[in-house]
Amino acid sequence: MTAFFESLGMNYEWAWFVATICGILLIALPLMLAVAMIIYVDRKIWAAMALRRGPNVVGPFGLLQSFADGLKVFLQETIIPSAANKGLFLIAPIITFTVALMAWAVMPFAEGAVLADINVGLLYILAISSLGVYGVVISGWASNSKYPFFSALRAAAQMISYEVSIGFILICVILWAGTNNLSDIVMAQKGAGLGIVNGFFFNILLFPMWVLFLISGMAETARAPFDLTEAESELVAGYQTEYSSMAFALFWLGEYANVLLMCALNTTLFFGGWLPPLDIGILYVVPGFIWWLLKTFFFFFVFSWVKATVPRFRYDQLMRLGWKIFLPMSLLFVVLVSGYLMLTRYG
Amino acid sequence: MVDLTQYLPILIFLVIALGLSGLFVFLPMGVSRLTGAHKPSKDKLAEYECGFPAFEDSRHQFDVRFYLVAILFIIFDLEAAFLFPWAVSLDLTGWAGWITMMVFLGELLIGFAYAWKKGALEWE
Repeated sequence: MTAFFESLGMNYEWAWFVATICGILLIALPLMLAVAMIIYVDRKIWAAMALRRGPNVVGPFGLLQSFADGLKVFLQETIIPSAANKGLFLIAPIITFTVALMAWAVMPFAEGAVLADINVGLLYILAISSLGVYGVVISGWASNSKYPFFSALRAAAQMISYEVSIGFILICVILWAGTNNLSDIVMAQKGAGLGIVNGFFFNILLFPMWVLFLISGMAETARAPFDLTEAESELVAGYQTEYSSMAFALFWLGEYANVLLMCALNTTLFFGGWLPPLDIGILYVVPGFIWWLLKTFFFFFVFSWVKATVPRFRYDQLMRLGWKIFLPMSLLFVVLVSGYLMLTRYG
Repeated sequence: MVDLTQYLPILIFLVIALGLSGLFVFLPMGVSRLTGAHKPSKDKLAEYECGFPAFEDSRHQFDVRFYLVAILFIIFDLEAAFLFPWAVSLDLTGWAGWITMMVFLGELLIGFAYAWKKGALEWE
């Protein structure tokens, strides 16, 4: 894109700057649009599985429902409880949303279509998603109310517990790909399964890791069946209880942006990113971005499906699953994967 | 030498994302004052409770287990941070690197088994 702006008569620095700004807006604005649409899709899928109709009033098939909700929320009054720490109370949703956007900076959407092609891409994503905890904890503390406080504690413990096993799962992928860069990880998956399947999931050592990653992703983003942070029968609405207006909506947008990120990571790390499912010449006719979008949407459908069908976990079950099953298992697979690679590839 | 300019887009992204979310928070506050939706009252600003005034301060003691989980997280996340550079340089370090890391993991496993035995991972 830099070359395009240079051809308009700018010098290199300005062309680079304008191209970067355009790239950022090309990620951030469609992402927000995608989040609005994905909330609608989520509600529709959920409704269809319960034999309901879901949103169908605003716009054709209810397509504009999210925008109507957004407008309503935008015009609402922002209530700041008198007991709350006002500064922190307003900073929390800003952190949540900023962090949710930031992680997308290193996501490769198609070959070469990545804003910052840094060589520690996966480490960056892990670091950024760790920061998400701050928004939750600060909101729960600053609200100075009972239910947000409990919810924030729960959410923090839950998110950090599953982050540990996610870290080890990522190590397995990095070991196999031999790189930290997301684009290189995608390219390493070309023909990874029997020389024809594009994706690490078609690998007996990495398939269990994918299953763990999918489930950990749901727990990390506090999606059902792990949505204990907003168990409405116990905690009203979780750490967002005291929030209203756009501050509330930012938590919502951030949450769904994180869910989309998890779907995109499933696609990128295990299902070959922008590559077609099979390594056959004719399939490369379809642009890489379309494949990426299809796969990511498929994973979002799986997330919705699980939300509609699986009942909520108890908190002790959640922590047991994270610490006593996922952590030892992912640790074992780090040893297995690295040992196998030492014997076959590097030994 | 690492080329730091590749991180510059991320920095610009941070500025834009902060601006965007700041706008989302503060613009509706202004708009609601203009449209007259902003009408705070004492009851509206009270913290949420099930229909009665709160009995006690909400920031009371909480279970020590949350604290234990946080401490365990620090240990394991630091360990994962050690594993990242090891994982990309496995071809350079060879068997010596692999065995060293396995010894490190083994030591960590002893600590993990101890925490498990002590009941730090129990929630009932």
